[in-house]
Amino acid sequence: MTRLPRKHDAYDRYDASARVGRALRVVLLIALALLFLIPFYLLVRNGLATEQDITSPHWTFFPREVQWSNLTEVFDDPNLPMARALLNSTLIAVFTTLGTVLLASLAGYGLARIPYRHANAVFYAILGTLMVPAAVTFVPSFVLVSSLGWISTLRGLIIPTLFSAFACFIFRQYFLGFPRELEDAARVDGLGYWRTYWKVVVPNSRPVFAAVGTIVFIGAWNAFLWPLVIGQDRQAWTVQVALSTFTTAQSVNLHELFIAAAVSIVPLVVVFAAFQRYIVAGVERTGIDD
Amino acid sequence: MWFWVFVGPFAAGLGLFTYVPLLWSVYLSFFDAHNTVSPTDFVGLGNYTAILGDDAFLSSLGTFVLFTLFIVPATFALSLALALMVNRLRVAQAFFRSVFFLPTACSYVVAALIWKLSIFNGVRFGLANTVLGWFGSDQTAWLSTTDPPWYWLVIVTVRLWLQAGFYMILFLAGLQRISPRLYEAAAVDGARPGWQVFRYITFPQLRATSVAVVLLLVINAFQAFDEFYNLLSDARGYPPYARPPLVYLYYTALGKEQNLGLGSAGAVVLALIIAVATVAQARWFGLGRREE
Repeated sequence: MTRLPRKHDAYDRYDASARVGRALRVVLLIALALLFLIPFYLLVRNGLATEQDITSPHWTFFPREVQWSNLTEVFDDPNLPMARALLNSTLIAVFTTLGTVLLASLAGYGLARIPYRHANAVFYAILGTLMVPAAVTFVPSFVLVSSLGWISTLRGLIIPTLFSAFACFIFRQYFLGFPRELEDAARVDGLGYWRTYWKVVVPNSRPVFAAVGTIVFIGAWNAFLWPLVIGQDRQAWTVQVALSTFTTAQSVNLHELFIAAAVSIVPLVVVFAAFQRYIVAGVERTGIDD
Repeated sequence: MWFWVFVGPFAAGLGLFTYVPLLWSVYLSFFDAHNTVSPTDFVGLGNYTAILGDDAFLSSLGTFVLFTLFIVPATFALSLALALMVNRLRVAQAFFRSVFFLPTACSYVVAALIWKLSIFNGVRFGLANTVLGWFGSDQTAWLSTTDPPWYWLVIVTVRLWLQAGFYMILFLAGLQRISPRLYEAAAVDGARPGWQVFRYITFPQLRATSVAVVLLLVINAFQAFDEFYNLLSDARGYPPYARPPLVYLYYTALGKEQNLGLGSAGAVVLALIIAVATVAQARWFGLGRREE
């Protein structure tokens, strides 16, 4: 929506007010962008400051002293199992992402492309689980996982979260719009569903895999309720659970907590920077909103 | 046969980890189940009458409704405004889009930490009180007063910051699908750029996106747990006010009491409420109905 053709008599008035409007919009955007970035700044500021600087009654925008040693200190604190928690979070996020993308894309392709009498019924049964928010089932899911003996295990933290109806839905929508000609060519070459999927469909669908994968990775890394409920042992804590335990603790080293939190978002910012453009493209192409 | 090769593993997992827990929950809700998953004392509707007569549970539902009334319109308006402003930019569009989307990469735990210990801290070194102090304002105990309920400001802003960017992306995708011809036609008909074009072209064309955004916002608001838990609980425990349903159920089912029967009854009640609300909303707004 850039410049529109306009009637001549009103042209000048529109043009002048449009220019003022545009300038106001940019000022507003810059102000909002600063507001959105302040929390990130505070995270890093407090993470690299001394304890006195954080709690000083005369708060300053820049810390008086930057203390890089906070960065190593947080990994040496025996009370905050940071290295272990980062490892757990990484394993969980990676395996959850791989598993979810694999299972949901296969299901989405089957639903979109393989003729089956009851395909619609299966699709609605899957879609129906979106209506019941996953978190409502946490009490019975906890019961199920505990009766399987999976409390405080990586299995318990990963496997129950692999079946995302949302991801399946997105893949189905995307595969419905996938150009049939490509698949037909593969069929003529004598490939079955399985090989058509792996050799033709997957290599041509990288953006949607990247988009769904990024969203799932972010969700898995940031998940809190499920790891809190299932990861009861310290050994099974994720980064989020470890941090949370410390925000509610009575005495806490603030600078350590902040630097730990800052460290915890680094992997996501990296993933985010690498795949961000696919999210926009993926949303447009799959029509989440149709 | 091939259909089940592709769909089978997913469907089986979804059945085991979503349908089985749901049915198990319904089963448990009819039993006196303290700290056990295979109870023997059938109590009929006892758990249901107990939970529906429980003031704490009802007030948790009230908290959820109030929270939804705050957060859904606020996020909708902010993310739509961001999308409209970013969409028209000719330079630095990617920069602004990234800045607004970046908080999505932040967890509620980390955001709650910043909000609680750095921005809205009740003491002088919090950012909000420091800034207010420049204007000669008194210090506010943001998270520990219920009168006035300043903690709402804290809870609403943290979620707004975290989720507005994601919905902005959905709106941006919707905006980019609107045909430029519609705007040309509007200009020929003499519609003024700005409000009139937004009112008669842009907003109606975003209808499908808007419906999806509202639905996702309501479902997400209903799942509010992380920020309430992390912002309001401290070493002394969790304050009785401002417990949304999930926090309430967490403490009922997994807290000291381990009352899984009562917790399950609450979960079933919630699932029913959400199902009815979702279906009603879908009917009302015509979810999935495409523009002709």
